[in-house]
Amino acid sequence: MRSDYKSEIPGISSQWRFADYLGALRVRFSIGRNNYKINPGLCRLGNADSKSDVFVTANYKLSFDILRKNLDGINAWILVLDTKGINVWCAAGKGTFGTGELIKQIGQSNLHDIVSHRRLILPQLGATGVSGYIVTKATQFNIRYGPVRARDIKNYIESGYKTTEDMRKIRFNIKDRIILTPVEIVNSLWKVLLVIAIFFGISGIVSTGFSFEAALSQGFKDALFITAAYLSGAFLTPVLLPWLPGRYFAAKGIAAAAAVFAIIVITGIAGYRPFYLTGWFLMSVALSSFLAMNFTGASTYTSLSGVKKEMRVFIPIQIAAVLTGFILFIISKFI
Amino acid sequence: MDRQLYIRNVVTLNYDSSKCNGCGLCVQVCPHGVFKMENKKAVITNRDFCMECGACAMNCKEYAISVSKGVGCASAMLNGLLRKTEPSCGCSTGGCSTSCN
Repeated sequence: MRSDYKSEIPGISSQWRFADYLGALRVRFSIGRNNYKINPGLCRLGNADSKSDVFVTANYKLSFDILRKNLDGINAWILVLDTKGINVWCAAGKGTFGTGELIKQIGQSNLHDIVSHRRLILPQLGATGVSGYIVTKATQFNIRYGPVRARDIKNYIESGYKTTEDMRKIRFNIKDRIILTPVEIVNSLWKVLLVIAIFFGISGIVSTGFSFEAALSQGFKDALFITAAYLSGAFLTPVLLPWLPGRYFAAKGIAAAAAVFAIIVITGIAGYRPFYLTGWFLMSVALSSFLAMNFTGASTYTSLSGVKKEMRVFIPIQIAAVLTGFILFIISKFI
Repeated sequence: MDRQLYIRNVVTLNYDSSKCNGCGLCVQVCPHGVFKMENKKAVITNRDFCMECGACAMNCKEYAISVSKGVGCASAMLNGLLRKTEPSCGCSTGGCSTSCN
């Protein structure tokens, strides 16, 4: 036991401060979330000693914060890997939460001298990036995969370090999906505003030149369709995911946009010109379908092979729909 | 809704039960309960629930499991196509970043 190592290890509380809550809220809305990280290395929680458990996590601050919050009242070590500020599962997929990095951090933190046991507890989702048996071979530390969710950690410890089937399964319920929607909405926002601006511009072009009146009166309807399609794909589809028809996310996006489009048409607010409406129908479903397809990355059950198939089938459809829709829209300006 | 099922018959998961040593790690690490233990050997319950995360194969000492591992993320693949690089899950740039909660 070398005490000089211990005194250098930063101590950390399980309690969140106001700034932690604010930071968590901020990153949920995709503000500065690419730079929400902490220093990698070993941290000491409570009065951890040589017999205390070692939990491994990523250096995305929210991952670290959620872990320490759920270790409230437990004396433990937290070994933070350098995942470039990315959460455990994404980082494990990329390999930064990985075998090599774990071996490196075990060495750099002198973990062999700090704890007398040879056990590490990893979040289950870290298994995607870590070969436990290789880490054991290189460091003598045995890997235990804990539960998927940090909030199950206390139950996991109490049940003798055993995960139940329920603790091991990743869920994707309505709350999980709602939490994930703001990021996509915020990320696409400027592109959508740009497209809306372009349509305002097109609507202002009249035979005598440019008319602000025409731009506003027509552009308003265009903006309504774009916004509706945007929210159908980036918000409604994720939220209603299991209830929308089809297995393909892109198809679900089409269904959501078609339903919303029908509601707008029924209100009569956009008029009943067939070319105009058909054009917007095609552009709406294409946009929503595309955004819905992007949600595959946020979901917790889509496979790469499935997404490839989905893209092969739907990207050509989306492109064709946008082009045809835009041509019909332009034609509607002349008749 | 208990489990969501994605497109059928597409996943690349392969498992050779003759190599299985019965350690049960694949059952422990799979986030979708694709494996279960039966008579001290792992068996696949339903391949269509597999999301190709690769956790099982990474932790199988006996190389009994193979899966073409990847992240099922459309914008990552588009990013890769447009920049002519590997699919890059923009955990740092939009799109896929939604999964990085």
